[in-house]
Amino acid sequence: MNRTILDLWVGIFVAAGIAALLVLALKVGNASTTFNVGETYRVNAEFDNIGGLKVRAPVKSAGVVVGRVDDIHFENQRFVARVVMKIDKRYQFPKDTSVSIFTSGLLGEQYIGLDAGGDSAMLKDGETLKITQSAVVLEKLIGQFLYNKAAEGGTK
Amino acid sequence: MPERAVKNLRGIGHEAINGIWRLGYASRFFLLTLARSATSFRRFSLTIREIYFAGVLSLIIISVSGLFVGMVLGLQGYETLQKYGSSEAVGTLVALSLTRELGPVVAALLFASRAGSAITAEIGLMKATEQISAMEMMAVDPIARVIGPRFWGGVISMPLLAAIFSAVGVFGGYLITVVVIGVDEGAFWSQMQNAVDFRQDVVNGIIKSAVFGVAVTAIALFEGYDAPPTAEGVSGATTRTVVTSSLAILGLDFVLTAFMFTGV
Amino acid sequence: MENLVEIKDVDFAYDVRPVLKGINMNIPRGKVVSIMGLSGCGKTTLLRLIGGALKPAKGGVRVAGRLMHELDLDGLYDMRRKMGMLFQFGALFTDMSAYDNVAFQMREHTGLPESMIEDLVLMKLHAVGLRGARDLMPSELSGGMARRVALARAIALDPMLIMYDEPFGGLDPISLGAICGLIRSLNDALGATSIVVTHDVQETLAIVDYVYFMSQGAVVTHGTPDDIRKSGDAFVHQFVWGEMDGPLPFHYPGASYAGDLALEAARA
Repeated sequence: MNRTILDLWVGIFVAAGIAALLVLALKVGNASTTFNVGETYRVNAEFDNIGGLKVRAPVKSAGVVVGRVDDIHFENQRFVARVVMKIDKRYQFPKDTSVSIFTSGLLGEQYIGLDAGGDSAMLKDGETLKITQSAVVLEKLIGQFLYNKAAEGGTK
Repeated sequence: MPERAVKNLRGIGHEAINGIWRLGYASRFFLLTLARSATSFRRFSLTIREIYFAGVLSLIIISVSGLFVGMVLGLQGYETLQKYGSSEAVGTLVALSLTRELGPVVAALLFASRAGSAITAEIGLMKATEQISAMEMMAVDPIARVIGPRFWGGVISMPLLAAIFSAVGVFGGYLITVVVIGVDEGAFWSQMQNAVDFRQDVVNGIIKSAVFGVAVTAIALFEGYDAPPTAEGVSGATTRTVVTSSLAILGLDFVLTAFMFTGV
Repeated sequence: MENLVEIKDVDFAYDVRPVLKGINMNIPRGKVVSIMGLSGCGKTTLLRLIGGALKPAKGGVRVAGRLMHELDLDGLYDMRRKMGMLFQFGALFTDMSAYDNVAFQMREHTGLPESMIEDLVLMKLHAVGLRGARDLMPSELSGGMARRVALARAIALDPMLIMYDEPFGGLDPISLGAICGLIRSLNDALGATSIVVTHDVQETLAIVDYVYFMSQGAVVTHGTPDDIRKSGDAFVHQFVWGEMDGPLPFHYPGASYAGDLALEAARA
């Protein structure tokens, strides 16, 4: 019974499969940034309109990814969208940091941008950011532009 | 004329009842296999043997196909993307197509025609040559001893094969676009890593392939076990395995994709 | 003498097609008993009933005093461990060597260490003269050798009852003689009881103690080989001596030959 040779082949196969998984996780995917849970803190922000923001969208500051959107839900008392972000513990932000929703490129995915303020006190876990700027909704923008044009035409 | 219509109608009804009957029998067979799979783990060397036959022997066809699929994706993706001046995104295209769809689906289709048909033919022949009856007469349960290890061997092999297919495919895409065409290597990998999410794309792809593995192996085993014990019966069952499991893979793929990727 | 197998008033049907009708048989302990009949007369079905693979519609089969169709799965498997069966074409496991085939049941059912299993397997293979073929795969064995390995496998656990389903089918005369001799000698050496289902009359009559003759699902006659040879029954006479025409006509029933060739019409 040459069971040892069979075992060897199966061992090679399983090792290759796991190696492939690791490649997919670390080289192809973003597991290297997904797995450092526990080293994050939560920050809340409220927006009038989040546009097309999705859970797990990146949170960037100065263009560098510092965290991810953890949860989005509708606040029924004040009729706003409440966004919960998980931010890497290594990055600390002042209390008066402003939050905006941006679009990468003209049609790209939406992400959250943090602009650090000048406060000396730093944000703590669970705190809510005050200064927010909603997503730019293209239809609204175009609508506004047209109204303005029409209004201009009326005054002339 | 109405006579013929009645006859046709009766034929359809007969087929439908037969199909439902078989479906019930197949479900019972599947549950029995699960219920008696303790042997497959207590004597794991039996299962290792089947991983060898289902997995290791499919390794070459899976890696070669993966390499070519990846290279074709790279070539096609580059052709299209460069028109929009975003040829660096080709890495994203290759990786997403492979991890989400092509890896699990094509690997499962290849698995069905390579390992699934072999399983059906083997079980069918064991039945035709009375090996299954002989085992029963020797007081050994063939579901536990023959079917169980093959089932688990297939279920364990399938996700590994799909992962290898995807990884080799990404390498194939890299080979064509970066090494041959000359797309910037850093952009290729970094765009890919930005777009491919481990949980969303890679893990979902692996879950898909595990489901396909269960479906293909269960279908192959059942067709073999249910095959009429003749040469025609076994060859017919082998064909049915490939057809049924291919349809099952594509149908399940739709359902799983709808569940996984369209949620909020 | 005590009977190891008792078959009482057994009826059996596949779906609605009756296969066995009112079968009564007694197989005494220690004897080699043959069940003969034409193909499709229900002999193999009878073996499956004895093995508990099928349940009779009426009546029952008792093996060593236990009613087979009333046993639960554990009880059934317990009984089957004491039975050996040689299938029509051997039914060796094609993915195992001759050695592993014989060792199969010992590994499944006994907790014996591998060294002891090796001794036992070699003894069994020696008994059928194939100790030297231990490492051959079934595909490398000739038909007669495969049958002998299957026989070694059937007696692996020293069964009290050995059943043979067409043990001579498709064998050359030398292999046939070898199997024939083995059936008798193994039965006596193991102190077992054997049931041989066959339609090879002359070879079988030479080695068995008792014969049951079946036709169309019923026992036609039974007796010692001498009784059978001298039987006055026209069917048995035709069967034993292999005559072309007799109670079982050579021609399949149909319209008259002259009618089919349109001779009658021409004559009219």
